[in-house]
Amino acid sequence: MTDKFKSDSSLAFPGEVHPTPSGGVLVSKLDDVINWARSNSLWPLVFGTSCCAIEMMSAAAAKYDWSRFGFEVARATPRQADVIIIAGTIVNKMAPVLKRLYDQMGDPKYVIAMGACATSGGPFFYNTYSVVKGADHVIPVDVYVAGCPPRPEALINALMLLQEKIKKGLTREQIREESKIEYQKAV
Amino acid sequence: MTKEELKIKLTELIPAATIDESSEWLIINIKPDELLTTADILRNKPELNFDYLFCQTCVDWKTHLTMVYHLESTKFRHQVVMKVQLDRNKPEIETVSHIWRTAEFHEREVYEMFGVNFLNHPDLRLLILPDGWEGRDPMRKDFEDPVNMIKL
Amino acid sequence: MYRETEILKQPGIGTPDVFGDMVINVGPQHPATHGVLHLILTLNGETIKKVEPHLGYIHRSIEKMCESLTFRQFIYVTSKMDYLSSHINNHGCCLCVEKGMQIEVPAKAQVIRVLMDELTRLASHQLWWGAGAMDIGALTPFFHAFREREMINDIMEESCGTRLTMNYMVPGGVMVDVHPNFQRRVKEFVAHFKNKIDEYDELLTGNVIFQNRVKGVGYLSKEDAISYGCTGPTARGSGVSCDIRKLYPYEVYNKLQFDEIIETGGDCWSRYLVRMKEMRQSLSIVEQLIDNIPEGDVQAKTKAVLKLPKGEYYSRVESARGEFGVYIVSEGGTTPYRIKFRSPGFSNLSALDHMARGGKIGDLVAMMAMLDLVIPDIDR
Repeated sequence: MTDKFKSDSSLAFPGEVHPTPSGGVLVSKLDDVINWARSNSLWPLVFGTSCCAIEMMSAAAAKYDWSRFGFEVARATPRQADVIIIAGTIVNKMAPVLKRLYDQMGDPKYVIAMGACATSGGPFFYNTYSVVKGADHVIPVDVYVAGCPPRPEALINALMLLQEKIKKGLTREQIREESKIEYQKAV
Repeated sequence: MTKEELKIKLTELIPAATIDESSEWLIINIKPDELLTTADILRNKPELNFDYLFCQTCVDWKTHLTMVYHLESTKFRHQVVMKVQLDRNKPEIETVSHIWRTAEFHEREVYEMFGVNFLNHPDLRLLILPDGWEGRDPMRKDFEDPVNMIKL
Repeated sequence: MYRETEILKQPGIGTPDVFGDMVINVGPQHPATHGVLHLILTLNGETIKKVEPHLGYIHRSIEKMCESLTFRQFIYVTSKMDYLSSHINNHGCCLCVEKGMQIEVPAKAQVIRVLMDELTRLASHQLWWGAGAMDIGALTPFFHAFREREMINDIMEESCGTRLTMNYMVPGGVMVDVHPNFQRRVKEFVAHFKNKIDEYDELLTGNVIFQNRVKGVGYLSKEDAISYGCTGPTARGSGVSCDIRKLYPYEVYNKLQFDEIIETGGDCWSRYLVRMKEMRQSLSIVEQLIDNIPEGDVQAKTKAVLKLPKGEYYSRVESARGEFGVYIVSEGGTTPYRIKFRSPGFSNLSALDHMARGGKIGDLVAMMAMLDLVIPDIDR
């Protein structure tokens, strides 16, 4: 897991440099360059419902600064945002609002489910009549973060995983197939 | 006033109530049609002066419902609990929102959770539950929701 | 009797009329509402005629859920209700259970509980200051507030285990003893924060722009504050004396020297000053206690399965937003029969409509910032 971040290929500008006497020529694929640009300037949407929102604010503040990674500009309107971080519990009354916000975002858009409540209902799984047991019942989720609430470092780790995913440039189904193959190899 | 003085005063002013001393504060049990007169006495008599309603809720005993009002006086710092027993099939009671303004929101919550109808309330509709949940009364003991509620 | 509602039901006031009243949503997803609060405003131009809050976008049916949890388990759900004063909420629940079972809390546990409460109150007021200033438009205080809040979070993480929803209190005391570094770190924090709080005053309290935004806005008279059931700094800014730590002291509050801060202005400026002065009082309480932690157990001996005797119990504590009450009705079993949480935000919000009439939208934002609402506390 940590090896991926140590190798040069994932963080550097994609492409090969052919050295020439006056500097060099960089050859790359357009797709790779676009993915690199997209992943390094994701703008999150301001969407926090409950306790995880405070840890999201901590991740945005000075100690665990997430603007080092490019997520500086947190927009309030979904039309200008790239990623929606679902921080908090989703209840039956809020689910249509979440769907409407997701529909208003422009493609390509990504979703991070932060915390136990957004992943699966969390501590409010049993004996509640109003909690949606996981935000992926409403919108498709790319990265799940565990914790109640997760530490700001865990959220930043999730954002880095999302960056990796974007740089690969695969669709959701292709990533699922790839991770199935890797899991079976490990087992 | 202390608990004993309060008991003497209340038996004198509200003869129709039964007073219960089993818990920390005095409990006055009254009938639903005496609610407005009792609330008026508790609020306006200068030696009682209960001007702060700090908790209003309802408890579902399976044969009947009980409205519970917790009152306090900011001047004398004594507390009293007022309980009103309601019929389970047709729970209706007068509103106290013109006496204590905080009752507006509390009564809306009791209406949606237990189905109690508050007469003459300025704005009785759902507060916390989504649309379409009128009449489902989730906090009653016989509420069943096999779709949403996963039992442990 | 108040006749305002009858007047407002007539067409032209409160309901949109033909001359261009506009109804807009300050929607559930909004950066200034501190959570998911849906307000429906009826506006005439930019003047507010009526504010109608729609709640329920974070209603997690906690009261129904607690009827199937045991007396030891339901305490930890409340720390997710008002997550900024999570220790204080747990404290209120533990006090109620101890009242019912008549458990005596040892002296060391009482002091540790009060220390944790006051540190939580400081952290909550710091976040209020940073986020409230951000709503009004000042973006710098946010980073200053979070810098100090991280120091408190680190202290909590060492002793209690997590940074935000610390489930540290049990009926009978606290779960484990504090970390050996606790005393030293809290002393460092107190010394550091004493200078910083003067810096906060320099940044915001003396700022002319901030004062113009906040003075004279959102007036709430003393009788209205009591009638609407407002507590905490909202009511203390209108002259009502309602600090539970002074009126009905619990744990070691009766042995401490601190003032109850009351201002008589009634507007948002008074509430701001009340909270700033409360931060200083909390700091002085922490200073008084940190050198005098007694020796002893941190938890009284209790049975593993608690069964409250039949009856009803009510306990109140002073959270960062006002009076938090826990009402337990027990039938003698292992789970409560009915629990009601009296949350401070519920009553504070009902005064918003009254305060906002006649003002502008910018005033509404200033009022919500100074009311310090936490929406999961209101919706439960």
